[in-house]
Amino acid sequence: MKKLLLSTIIALGLATSVSAEANKAYTEDFKFSFEGPFGAFDQYQLQRGLQVFTSVCSACHGLNQLAFRNLGDEGGPHLDEETVKAYALNFDVYDKDLDDTRAAKPSDKFPGSSLENAPDLSLMAKARAGFKGPYGLGINQFVKGIGGPEYIASILNGYTGEEKEEAGTTFYENTAFSTGWISMAPPLFGEDVEFADGAKNDVRNMAQDVAAFLMWTAEPKMMARQRIGFLSVAMLSLLAVLLYLTNKKLWRDVKRKG
Amino acid sequence: MAGIPHDHYEPKTGFEKWLHERLPIVSLVYDTLMLPTPKNLNWMWIWGIVLTFALVMQIATGVILVMHYTPQVDLAFNSVEHIMRNVNGGWAFRYIHANGASLFFIAVYAHIFRGLYYGSYKAPREVTWIIGMLIYLMMMATGFLGYVLPWGQMSFWGATVITGLFGAIPGVGSMLQEWLLGGPSVDQATLNRFFSLHYLLPFVIVGLVAIHIWAFHTTGNNNPTGVEVRRKSKAEAEKDTVPFWPYYVIKDLFALVVILIIFMAIVGFMPNYLGEPVNYIPADPLSTPEHIVPEWYYLPFYAILRAITFDILFLDAKFLGVLAMFGSIAVMALAPWTDTSPVRSGRYRPTFKIAFWLLGFDFMLLMWAGARPAEGLVPLISLLGAIYWFAYFLVILPVLGWTEKTLPVPETIEADFDAHYPPKSGATK
Repeated sequence: MKKLLLSTIIALGLATSVSAEANKAYTEDFKFSFEGPFGAFDQYQLQRGLQVFTSVCSACHGLNQLAFRNLGDEGGPHLDEETVKAYALNFDVYDKDLDDTRAAKPSDKFPGSSLENAPDLSLMAKARAGFKGPYGLGINQFVKGIGGPEYIASILNGYTGEEKEEAGTTFYENTAFSTGWISMAPPLFGEDVEFADGAKNDVRNMAQDVAAFLMWTAEPKMMARQRIGFLSVAMLSLLAVLLYLTNKKLWRDVKRKG
Repeated sequence: MAGIPHDHYEPKTGFEKWLHERLPIVSLVYDTLMLPTPKNLNWMWIWGIVLTFALVMQIATGVILVMHYTPQVDLAFNSVEHIMRNVNGGWAFRYIHANGASLFFIAVYAHIFRGLYYGSYKAPREVTWIIGMLIYLMMMATGFLGYVLPWGQMSFWGATVITGLFGAIPGVGSMLQEWLLGGPSVDQATLNRFFSLHYLLPFVIVGLVAIHIWAFHTTGNNNPTGVEVRRKSKAEAEKDTVPFWPYYVIKDLFALVVILIIFMAIVGFMPNYLGEPVNYIPADPLSTPEHIVPEWYYLPFYAILRAITFDILFLDAKFLGVLAMFGSIAVMALAPWTDTSPVRSGRYRPTFKIAFWLLGFDFMLLMWAGARPAEGLVPLISLLGAIYWFAYFLVILPVLGWTEKTLPVPETIEADFDAHYPPKSGATK
């Protein structure tokens, strides 16, 4: 018995010392408008992010879970119908009936990635965890969130300018990437796009805009979800109070508190 | 039902008598709801209701999800995203269903550890305990099968690793694995059969739950003192009990609603916290994720699986790990017979208490170890944790029964209750 106790205590002591993370990748905790229980997407930031995606990312990356019509959704970029139609025309999609490609319509989905090694970005903001630890206890994610959009913005900001070549592939040093070297060339250089609303177009701001946009593409129903979450918690709390009082009254005689 | 004496249903009107002679269903419902229940139950006795609710919720949301889900390897992932994006309220059903599994397992672990602490598994409740263990096994299987359905990276590789466990059995292993998968690897046949079984098993659980409830309604509930309800006469029994309705129905509903507040906060504000980000990447047989980690509720047993890193004689480490994992649940099922103590409740067993809380700590430690990559000291910690798990059930429980000096146990449930809520002076009961 005592031996077991001792071994468990030792195990606990060891547990805290193994925890040093080998991985030094750093995800910056960017502030986004949609964080927290009352956070909301910033329609104009999503529009800017869409612009960055269109003129930079979409050259290689797809967005195949998203339909063009979604760009008109309330809570999203909320473009008007004509703009969505005109925007869709910029893309060619494959039509099974024609057995050929044609200009996209709002009901079509965005094309997939055109470059084989470039992952589709629709769900990227939920498929990456920027925040981990400490000690694998999940506390960071509980406090800061999982860190998907922060990870995307950190990658876009994380290039040091160093590159190396290995087996015919060029790798670029990146402080946010797990191995430190990423095969994606730096996509943003600053002033890659001009924003109609006059927002800053340096790398840092564009990275956050496109990260916010990709959070929306990954979780377009986030605002509805938070609204229902809040409503459920409020209604259930009210019900809990009523049940608490009922229960107290019910047991009063049994517990002789009357 | 046998057991604690109480008033039974008497049909009064003509229709009730007519129906009662043909189908005594009202009587069944009445006797189930009016079950005399020990009046000293504490808040750890609420998990049964939470579990029943979780089961119904999972089936209800699951039936709706199936209406829009496609069990086909090229379409499954996209059909889940279709539910999330285009089906009205689809995101809510899916997030409730996915997090509902976690609610289910939190509740079942609380329920099991409650049983372990208060000795609920001991005679005459062994059958209730065994049925409960079967339910728990079925839950593990159902959860695993369901996790494969979205056909993400972790779905696919989780299925590969878990079915690989059966492949570790010497001799018949690879044959058995192929039979489970419906082919040489995780593919269309696997997805289809997992979908079919994921729909079937919850209804098996419903049946087992009915038997579980039947069993403990026959023996009566355990309670924090572990002292049985006096049952020589109805008057005597009534001093120890209150009817389940309305006393415990209202109490349990209150507890359920408080738990649902937390649950809906998670669904509303952090629905992916308990999930694996990698599962938002479609399954790719050509690319293995960096770490393959099961859902949190399997982690303690996953840690035990990985704890064995050495061969013993002709048995290799992998197979021993599989044996240890299934064995860790089997020894739990044996608790009614390995626990030799005449005192039922841990409340009156000072040394047992220490061993019990260490087991609780051990469970958390194994959960942590299961989530970490198996490197550094993690395998050693897992091994120590696994050893304590087995030692608790196979050594500590039997030995403590003989050596432990227990504290005095109250004469009756009424006496325990009165100690907490003293009768008013002068009042006679």
